Amino acid sequence: MLEIRNVTKVFNPGTVNEKLALDRFSLTLEDGDFVTVIGGNGAGKSTMMNAIAGVWPVDSGQILIDGMDVTKLSEHRRAAFLGRVFQDPMTGTAATMGIEENLALARRRGQRRFLRPGISKTEREEYRELLKMLDLGLETRLTSKVGLLSGGQRQALTLLMATLQRPKLLLLDEHTAALDPKTAAKVLETTEYIVNRDHLTTLMITHNMKDAITHGNRLIMLMDGRVILDIRGEEKKQLTVEDLLHKFEAASGEEFTNDKAILG
Amino acid sequence: MNIFNLLNAMPGALAQGLIWGITAIGIYLTYRILDIADLTVDGSLCTGGAVCIMMMLSGQNVFVSMLAATLAGMLTGLATGVFHTFMGIPAILAGILTQLGLYSVNLKIMGKANQAINVDKYDLLVSLRYIKDVPVYKNTILIVAASILILIALLYWFFGTELGCSLRATGCNGNMARAQGINTNFAKVLGLMLSNGLVGLSGALLSQYQGFSDVNMGRGAIVIGLAAVIIGEAVFGRIFHNFACKLAGVVLGSILYYLVLQTVIWLGIDTNLLKLLSALVVAVFLAIPYWKSRYFNRPSLKKGGRANA
Repeated sequence: MLEIRNVTKVFNPGTVNEKLALDRFSLTLEDGDFVTVIGGNGAGKSTMMNAIAGVWPVDSGQILIDGMDVTKLSEHRRAAFLGRVFQDPMTGTAATMGIEENLALARRRGQRRFLRPGISKTEREEYRELLKMLDLGLETRLTSKVGLLSGGQRQALTLLMATLQRPKLLLLDEHTAALDPKTAAKVLETTEYIVNRDHLTTLMITHNMKDAITHGNRLIMLMDGRVILDIRGEEKKQLTVEDLLHKFEAASGEEFTNDKAILG
Repeated sequence: MNIFNLLNAMPGALAQGLIWGITAIGIYLTYRILDIADLTVDGSLCTGGAVCIMMMLSGQNVFVSMLAATLAGMLTGLATGVFHTFMGIPAILAGILTQLGLYSVNLKIMGKANQAINVDKYDLLVSLRYIKDVPVYKNTILIVAASILILIALLYWFFGTELGCSLRATGCNGNMARAQGINTNFAKVLGLMLSNGLVGLSGALLSQYQGFSDVNMGRGAIVIGLAAVIIGEAVFGRIFHNFACKLAGVVLGSILYYLVLQTVIWLGIDTNLLKLLSALVVAVFLAIPYWKSRYFNRPSLKKGGRANA
């Protein structure tokens, strides 16, 4: 479904701030894979996401989605294949527009936008039903501005928007990191539900090792812009936090020192 | 200081306020919806006026001339849009570049710095002579007011379409818009064209109204337009929430601006100081939201996607 071949990305080349963010990075996702991604700060997790989404061009390498080479495709064109939820709840929604308007924008992802109405009556009913599933009381506030919602509500809405048009690949970039633990758990639960319901191929970055172990069928760990651990199948099911720490030490040759990743 | 002088001047101020109201709507589209301060306006207003007057002088119909003025305005928006998106120049600078370039373009269109048109020889749609003692259908105030109502209806419809929604999303949160498959560069260019098209139309009306187009007629147009937007929001913001009403509020703001201006002139202020006064008034109004958030720390709505604005 997703194939990243030898992608390299250097930020600020030729300056003192030069940073090799992705180092001949390769990764292949099978159809229906739910992959959790962990790694310390600066390991290249978000860079990987942004490379897939096409936020900027990569220096070298290829990215294929469903067999199609999207390396040269601009961000808004790739959006046709991707559902994205960001770390910052502000990023995923348009604050000054209504809940239904945000959903209507997402419904038209990958389609040509012309002079048809921005939202139709039948859509409204559909959105009302979908919002009920979130169980946040949003179904009665369709015309409320999204800026009035809490961070958790906005993330849940963004998740709904990302999956409204079935994406070929769902990209979750630490989408629960900015939420309080209870809200984070709820948004994760919704994530799990939607991913299972629609059999979505998913990449989920998390800072929380437990979440990384509990969710998904495969776990990868990044360091210095490369995949240093790739655990799947039965091995993933048996995995514990201690195992993961040992495996990290063995793979990287150093101790895992990022407290946030262990405790978070 | 005869109060009747002031009252006599008011219909004229009202007409000017209405004509500038169209410019103000254009500025509202870029400044409020696209979140771009577009300085093209200072040039495109004159472009609209120059194109309209020159076409009429060459014998064209007034409506054809005004349509051409609108299209010319849209082209200036296209130029700024290309500077900004394709060439990566910051929006403010892109507008300044276009504005400067337009100074030459406008001189070339008119052949000299100023072109007059005689209201008795040409069939003008609006004029300062058509304010009093003319039949209703020729009354400038009514004609401009009716045009504005039509424009607002069209814009209200447009911003409810898929394309219009994509423009709003682009201005509100570019990251979100791109993630939903919206070509934000295209949306920005389209918005700039729409806005400057309106400004061009406004310039065409203004030059007919005053009976000439002048290469300096657009100087400070962005400030006058912003003043109208801000006054409109300050006065009517609490009662107008619907988009069409907000646009009407901007026009009313423009009218208020000209009524106040006329009053200030009547009070005997040195007219050389008027632009300074306008600039200061706009500066203070722009500062109010900032002061509010800084010194009256009310918990207020945070707007998303502003970090890279």
